Amino acid sequence: MSTIAPEFRLSRFIASLTDLIFWILVLFTLVGLPIVMIVLFYIELPVINGELLTPYLALTWLADPSRTLPIIKSLLYTDFFRIAAFPGFGFAALLASAIIFIERKFLAKMQLRVGPLYCGKVEGILQLMSDGLKLLSKEIIIPAKADKPIFWAAPLLFIGTAAALVSLIPVAPGWVVADIDVGILAVFAVIGFFPIITVLSSWASNSKFPFIGGIRALHQMISFEIPLILSLLGIVILTGTLNLTEIVESQQHYWWIIFMPIGAIVFFITLLAELERIPFDLPEAESEIVAGWLTEFSGMMYGLVQLGSYVKLYAFAALFTILFLGGWNGPMVWPPFPEEIITEGITMGPITVKIPGLPLLDQEMLNATLWFVIKTVVVIMVILLPRGVFPRIRIDLLLHTGWYKLIGLAFVNIFIALALLYAGVLGPGGLIQ
Amino acid sequence: MTTQLPPGMQLEKVDERIMTLNVGPQHPGSGHMRLIIKVDGDHIVSCDPDPGYVHRGEEKMTEYRNYIQNIPHLERPVIHDSCNILYPYCLAVEELLGIEVPERAKYIRVIASELNRCVYTLYWLGIYGIFLGHSTMFMWPMGDRELLIDLLEALSGARVTHAYFVPGGVRNDTPSNFEEKCLRHVNYFEKRLKEYEDIFYQNPVLKQRTEGTGILSRMDAIRLGTTGSVLRSAGVDFDIRKKEPYDVYENLDFQSQVLKEGDSYARSRVPYLDMLESCRIIKDALKKMPKSGSVRTKLKPNPKGGNNEAYRRVESGRGSLGMYVVSDSKPEPYRVKISVGSFRNMICMPYLLKGEKLGNMPAVYWSLNYWPVEADR
Repeated sequence: MSTIAPEFRLSRFIASLTDLIFWILVLFTLVGLPIVMIVLFYIELPVINGELLTPYLALTWLADPSRTLPIIKSLLYTDFFRIAAFPGFGFAALLASAIIFIERKFLAKMQLRVGPLYCGKVEGILQLMSDGLKLLSKEIIIPAKADKPIFWAAPLLFIGTAAALVSLIPVAPGWVVADIDVGILAVFAVIGFFPIITVLSSWASNSKFPFIGGIRALHQMISFEIPLILSLLGIVILTGTLNLTEIVESQQHYWWIIFMPIGAIVFFITLLAELERIPFDLPEAESEIVAGWLTEFSGMMYGLVQLGSYVKLYAFAALFTILFLGGWNGPMVWPPFPEEIITEGITMGPITVKIPGLPLLDQEMLNATLWFVIKTVVVIMVILLPRGVFPRIRIDLLLHTGWYKLIGLAFVNIFIALALLYAGVLGPGGLIQ
Repeated sequence: MTTQLPPGMQLEKVDERIMTLNVGPQHPGSGHMRLIIKVDGDHIVSCDPDPGYVHRGEEKMTEYRNYIQNIPHLERPVIHDSCNILYPYCLAVEELLGIEVPERAKYIRVIASELNRCVYTLYWLGIYGIFLGHSTMFMWPMGDRELLIDLLEALSGARVTHAYFVPGGVRNDTPSNFEEKCLRHVNYFEKRLKEYEDIFYQNPVLKQRTEGTGILSRMDAIRLGTTGSVLRSAGVDFDIRKKEPYDVYENLDFQSQVLKEGDSYARSRVPYLDMLESCRIIKDALKKMPKSGSVRTKLKPNPKGGNNEAYRRVESGRGSLGMYVVSDSKPEPYRVKISVGSFRNMICMPYLLKGEKLGNMPAVYWSLNYWPVEADR
């Protein structure tokens, strides 16, 4: 019998569980309960509306919607909620996991397959969860000669940078984590971090294939950052602002893709390259360099990098939506909130409940979010499409595309924007407002 | 005393510029073999193929089994192309033992071997697709392969290792509805091949990537002794089905497919054109096949060939596949030498990959139509 993996026995497992429960109970009664009593003895309970707030009263209030809903509402407008949940990381991660599922089914339909089918009974909807559990339960193996601190930090840095990109994206009017006046510049700054992380992690792993993959990623990202920046200059020229929220507001009547289709195409191609998606997945080219810069990552480290790359995918698709497709602008389709619930209440059999604080989010915000999500998902589908159609491109052809063709096209786009500005068609004081 | 260590195991001078990559045997971009590649930046300085990971001594095994017992294990090197690897063996043994094959059996053999060539080529094409990062081209051929495998299953009862050819004909007759089923599947398959053309061969990214890479000139192709699609893509019209027709190939209407370019694209396109040609051959053979008759000449139990030898070769999915059978008046053959196209095509790998970019490695490597298991035998 090996000492590393002893034989599993159910009786021993149950015995260890009962042991654990026994000790938890003993420790809680001997240590935990006295501590709770001491705390309750010394803390002065607050008096609210002339009533002493005992723990029992607090529990009673939790069941009362007229008291809890305002608390939830005030929570919705805190910075913590924005960063962690709605326009920030939680929303992005949720959408990213939806993207993974959509990608699998979509690609499977293109390739005459069925995709995930069994996990979760309905069309394999829980496949992602099982994959996540699998990655969590796997052992993390680190190469012996790796530079361990940097190697450990790389997945966290990657996902952190992706989240930083998400924080700059306005989803609905007023719903953005960081509404700064140099939004586009900040986007460029954050994008500039990705090649650094890639190269650091690949170099730190001290392995040949990751090293080649990291160098490839560096070449690819740096040479595509220039057309990326240039393709967005047209919009900046015409709107006269770098603030992403103001750029969205400038597209209330028309989208920028109508006037700058060349810029949109250039931005879309550079976006594919930045995201390392097919046909530009050279840093992860499987048949040449195993898995590129991801080769030495294992277990949840790999899972984090993958999650980060899908969050990044969402962020780039959202940027495309904001800059070229009018962001949240769209016709009002969200039904208005029925006011009777507040004034007359909901009748449930014999009981009528009035819920004054109910409309947690206003109609406009929900409508804006709906349009934003629809547009972003459409853009994501278009980003996923080349994976079923194109093979991988070669590095010299990639650099040729980036440096010769895309930069040239980006300049053409800038000249178009300048012409529209000086002809007085668009821009401040133009014909079309 | 210094002993010369095998390549890949020698200690070498560490160079700052040149990095040695072991592509295989545990690399997603290698088969059951290893390529020792030295790269200077993105350029391959030298490439040293190291086969032999799946050697199983097929040739020695034949010396301990009689002529019939040799059938099932001889198809093991290429189980996707098992009809074609048994073909030369059956032809050679028939020549040794002096057996006449019935006319209907000859046609059935041609149909089965062409179907099997398509099955093999589809597998190869799927892997070529995924090597270039084209995942749709991996899934489509793998799906369409099933139809042809169904046909072969109807013929032989097995999905991959058919063991269908025996000296003296084929193991059993076709099922009653085989002809219409075969025609239906082959017609559908031809339609699908047109779609492959659209998504893969006319794909601008693929053309950009493979055209003009790994060029093998006509003289080099002859000098290095390549065969099959590699030779024909370099402009040499050498198809054994045309040049040394066996069984009924001389009666059938088909062209040998030749391209002039000799690059990876041409090398990957010749097998595709061969598949289209195979469809023509199958349809023609179905038309000309005698509708009834015997399909197998019965052999004596434990047949002995005299002090004799025979060499026959056929055009397999990977080029010329020859078997040299020597008999010494015993029930077992004295020697069976298998000469395979894969090994002969592998030889030109160092010449083609030298000076190429690393990104071209999978494109050139797999375009050689090389099956590592067959090369090792």
